[in-house]
Amino acid sequence: MAQPLIQARGLVKRFGDFTAVDGIDVEVCAGEAFGFLGPNGAGKSSTMRMVGCISPPSAGQLRILGMDPVRDGPAIRARLGVCPQLDNLDPELTVRENLTTYARYFGIPRRVARARAAELLDFVQLSERADSKVEPLSGGMKRRLTIARSLVNEPDIVLLDEPTTGLDPQARHLVWERLFRLKRQGVTLVLTTHYMDEAEQLCDRLVVMDGGRIVAEGSPRALIERHSTREVVELRFAADSQEAFAGKLTGLGERVEVLPDRILVYVPDGDAAVAEVAALGLHPTNVLVRRSSLEDVFLHLTGRTLVD
Amino acid sequence: MVTLVLPRLVDVSAASRRSASVTERNVAALKSVYWLLLVSGFVEPLLYLLSIGVGVGALIGDLTLPGGEVVTYATFVAPAMLASSAMTGALAETTFNFFGKLKYMKLYDGVIATPVQPFEIALGELAWAMLRGSAYSAAFLVVMVAMDLTTPARALAAFPAAVLVGFAFGALGMAISTFMRSWQDFDLMSSAQFVLFLFSGTFVPAEAYPTVLRWLVEATPLYRAVHLIRGLTVGTTDWGWLLDVLYLLVVMAAGLLIASRRMSRLLYK
Repeated sequence: MAQPLIQARGLVKRFGDFTAVDGIDVEVCAGEAFGFLGPNGAGKSSTMRMVGCISPPSAGQLRILGMDPVRDGPAIRARLGVCPQLDNLDPELTVRENLTTYARYFGIPRRVARARAAELLDFVQLSERADSKVEPLSGGMKRRLTIARSLVNEPDIVLLDEPTTGLDPQARHLVWERLFRLKRQGVTLVLTTHYMDEAEQLCDRLVVMDGGRIVAEGSPRALIERHSTREVVELRFAADSQEAFAGKLTGLGERVEVLPDRILVYVPDGDAAVAEVAALGLHPTNVLVRRSSLEDVFLHLTGRTLVD
Repeated sequence: MVTLVLPRLVDVSAASRRSASVTERNVAALKSVYWLLLVSGFVEPLLYLLSIGVGVGALIGDLTLPGGEVVTYATFVAPAMLASSAMTGALAETTFNFFGKLKYMKLYDGVIATPVQPFEIALGELAWAMLRGSAYSAAFLVVMVAMDLTTPARALAAFPAAVLVGFAFGALGMAISTFMRSWQDFDLMSSAQFVLFLFSGTFVPAEAYPTVLRWLVEATPLYRAVHLIRGLTVGTTDWGWLLDVLYLLVVMAAGLLIASRRMSRLLYK
């Protein structure tokens, strides 16, 4: 296997007494689309900032493109594209100027910068807004511009921290489609997300983080197979409490999970399980058989408790 | 030997190129509304010169400097106005504007994700502040020559001195800005700036103060700036300007160093 582009061993990030990243091992290879999945506060963004060489690790080893992020920061950053969680576009510049000015930070000649800005605006479908200020743009447009900006230096690795958070479905699909194209061009993508569909769509391989640690690792498919069943049956009963019915379902499938409004039954064969439920003389008001998703894995691994 | 020196040279050229890109960003951001702001920075010292230098000066008459030269009051006040406008121009850019970019616009959060480093941001912003400050100084010197308050040759000599004054105060302001918590803190700075403006040998020779107070005044940066520029525009000939230049260079270096250290701490979290 080729030398990994990103290599972390026992990577730790502390802020005072708080440990945001608690000793993680990660390897990302060239051409891969790699995801950090986890609830808020899992340490995803802190990890991304360390990989982006703008946050020195508190402990552990980190090599990016074979270099040391603290000593070789500028040389590494020259080959990274970063799309941060919060857009930090330049509000005093136009859409186009945001790209050309950013290119100048990388030492790209003006003529090349102008040509590349035009290409990228086309790529993210913002050519018509090229001379508009940034402020009146919609959230989705700003995100697309930030993604375009992260590509201005033709990076080897693109870091995307929650690239589609807060976007409407149309904007999300457009961003996904563009990221998919980049992936096909051989660009290495590293992204964080808490959207399962995003991870399933984009990532070849991912790690699930919780409380600063990695709790699972693999391809989306492998994770589902390892941590969930093939299908899930969702049952809804016409009663205030679903608990009463849950007792009657014990033994059905591999696992039964009771939620306030419905019961989830994890089974290899959904239709067979529905037949069994009927045979037990139970009549749920609503039955849904679906394939198990990364969301099931995620909730199973990181719990349903709300994290703020 | 060549191999030892070469990487450093390359590094310096890359660093200055990156600083220049930060300056360039400000040129791109320069829009019509901003011009009004720029003009105001020139008009202010001119109004002081006319009202106090010429207006009050008519009541005061001529002044005998410590070196024995007899000058009009306006001639005495004009270089001080030049020095303080160089200070104000540089400070306006490196305090309010710089703080806004650092804390509220989050501009540098985007910049540090590129090869540009905090020291280079500081240097680039300072260079920009100086472009602005130097324009004020040049315009003011033209007015001084036109009003016969100095000679063209002296004005030419005073220009680089005014640029140095701007660099020193710009760096100082940038260092101070990194310690500011909110806009309210700038009121303190404005007060300090005004006190400096009033008591740095600007309107009254420092020799007129009681000894202890005079020492205190002579230790302030604006006094050194006024002393340097007045020496050049009036044409007094002692070697005191060497101390002024050294003082301002030290202020500039210290300011830049502190500013870039603090920016690293604030940005590389």
